Amino acid sequence: MKNALVPSRTGSWYEATARERISGLLDAGTFHEFLGPTARAVSPHLALFDLPEAFDDGIIVGRGKLQGRAVLVAAQEGRFMGGTFGEVHGAKLVGLLRYARDHHAEATSPRAVLLLLDTGGVRLQEANVGELAVSEIIRALVEARAAGVAVIALVGGRAGAFGGGGILAACCSRVVISEQGRTSVSGPEVIETNMGAEEFDSLDRPLVWRTTGGKTRRLLGGAGAYAADRIESFRAAALALLDGGIPAFDLATLAREQARLAERLEKFGACQDAPEIWQRMRLADAARIADLADEDFNQIAQAQPEANHDAR
Amino acid sequence: MTRAELLDALFPAGHATRVEADGILVGTATYGQNETVAVLGLVEQTPLGVEGALALAEHVLEIIRHSPGRPIVVLIDAQSQRMRRRDELLGLNEYLAHLTKCFLLASQRGHRTLGIIFGRIAAGAFIATGLALDQLVAVPGGDPMVMDLPSIARVTKLPLDRLETLAKDTPVFAPGLAHALPIGAVQEVWENPVELSAKLAAALQEPRPTRDERAALGLARGGRLHAAEIARRVEQEAVAAAAHD
Repeated sequence: MKNALVPSRTGSWYEATARERISGLLDAGTFHEFLGPTARAVSPHLALFDLPEAFDDGIIVGRGKLQGRAVLVAAQEGRFMGGTFGEVHGAKLVGLLRYARDHHAEATSPRAVLLLLDTGGVRLQEANVGELAVSEIIRALVEARAAGVAVIALVGGRAGAFGGGGILAACCSRVVISEQGRTSVSGPEVIETNMGAEEFDSLDRPLVWRTTGGKTRRLLGGAGAYAADRIESFRAAALALLDGGIPAFDLATLAREQARLAERLEKFGACQDAPEIWQRMRLADAARIADLADEDFNQIAQAQPEANHDAR
Repeated sequence: MTRAELLDALFPAGHATRVEADGILVGTATYGQNETVAVLGLVEQTPLGVEGALALAEHVLEIIRHSPGRPIVVLIDAQSQRMRRRDELLGLNEYLAHLTKCFLLASQRGHRTLGIIFGRIAAGAFIATGLALDQLVAVPGGDPMVMDLPSIARVTKLPLDRLETLAKDTPVFAPGLAHALPIGAVQEVWENPVELSAKLAAALQEPRPTRDERAALGLARGGRLHAAEIARRVEQEAVAAAAHD
């Protein structure tokens, strides 16, 4: 079904809902949703916990056009259950990626998938089936990549990309991130709960941001593009990545990723905090990375060797 | 079952493995009709951090390069991912993703990949190891999970005793092998040590699964009733939409 999407009022990616992001990202009027809210594919498990359901289970999947080219899209709604992966939520993304894998060669078929990640990770009320869904998603994603499909992660929502969502982001061909786009495996609260506040004080907001935030991820090479917190900025970054060449999924790429990650450990493995990394990178503005405006930051990132590579 | 007992039971014709830093097991063993298998593992209850993930991934790439087609058996007795601020700063998500991708690349290039859980494995470390393999089995003592029940209680703000009661009716959230089997995450439990070598040889003789069959398995076992159907409906609607585009 074609959906009448509501445009975002503010234009901020962070503030927008998942549907607003799709509306601003794609060419106007081109989005076609699969298994939309009228299909009422709700989580069968949340009622056990007396929790409300959502008619899309917190993820919207479909197809549309990006500057005239056909693309598949999945957008997580971080405001519903933290955008978490449950059985139905995850299976919708599995279905989309399997379609991409099996139908990429047809004339009108999309050869790119945009993943608008906004997730705390696995939904704990459905922990086992949610985690298995993440594993199925990664397998389908990698198979789609091996078939020649480009998969681009866009990270800048309220929930970030944590847990399995952080691993999933790094399995994509490319990652776009904004300053607000936090990414990690264990979230700060989880580390604090398990290891103590002296390991990671989750209430120390500047520490949390410079450890998991988009600027740090971009400079280290965890994301290949940096976007301002605007929907049009994410759109421009996604287009530039699709036009700029996409790494193949093969032994050569993974050998280069092995070398890249080994080099990162060698150079920065002894660093305990992000500013130590910036100093070792000899960044001119090492002391004020967090304060830099998007354009100034982008210039620094584009000149930084570690931040720019073809190995993912 | 200890690692030594497991190795002896799986490979009575011989095995040579060593444990490197960060609990990484590596070596080779003989199975079936005098055939060689690569043995890898994450053992000694070690959490998986950036160094361990990178070292294990390097071994996988080495096997792909130098021993094309050789089956890879992965023994697992670990923890979750390492919970350190420094590992997250360095991009642990990329290291775990890289390891996951290396295992999947091995499958794509024709290696059998089979995991055997004989201790704990949890959360992101589970995604990057056991769940990234074509086949996954457990022996008694295997304990896969996302998170322990007290932690789930803390995050969901539900009383532990209520979660324990709920876990009797559904396998979807609570930790342990008893729940990993019905949803299709773990294919089998190999109970009898005496049969391990025969079970392994038989599993490695089966045709390599070309498709992810875990949702179908969960459906057949009644533990994950919706995933296969939802994925199929999305694919179906995508095909229909393409016809009208």
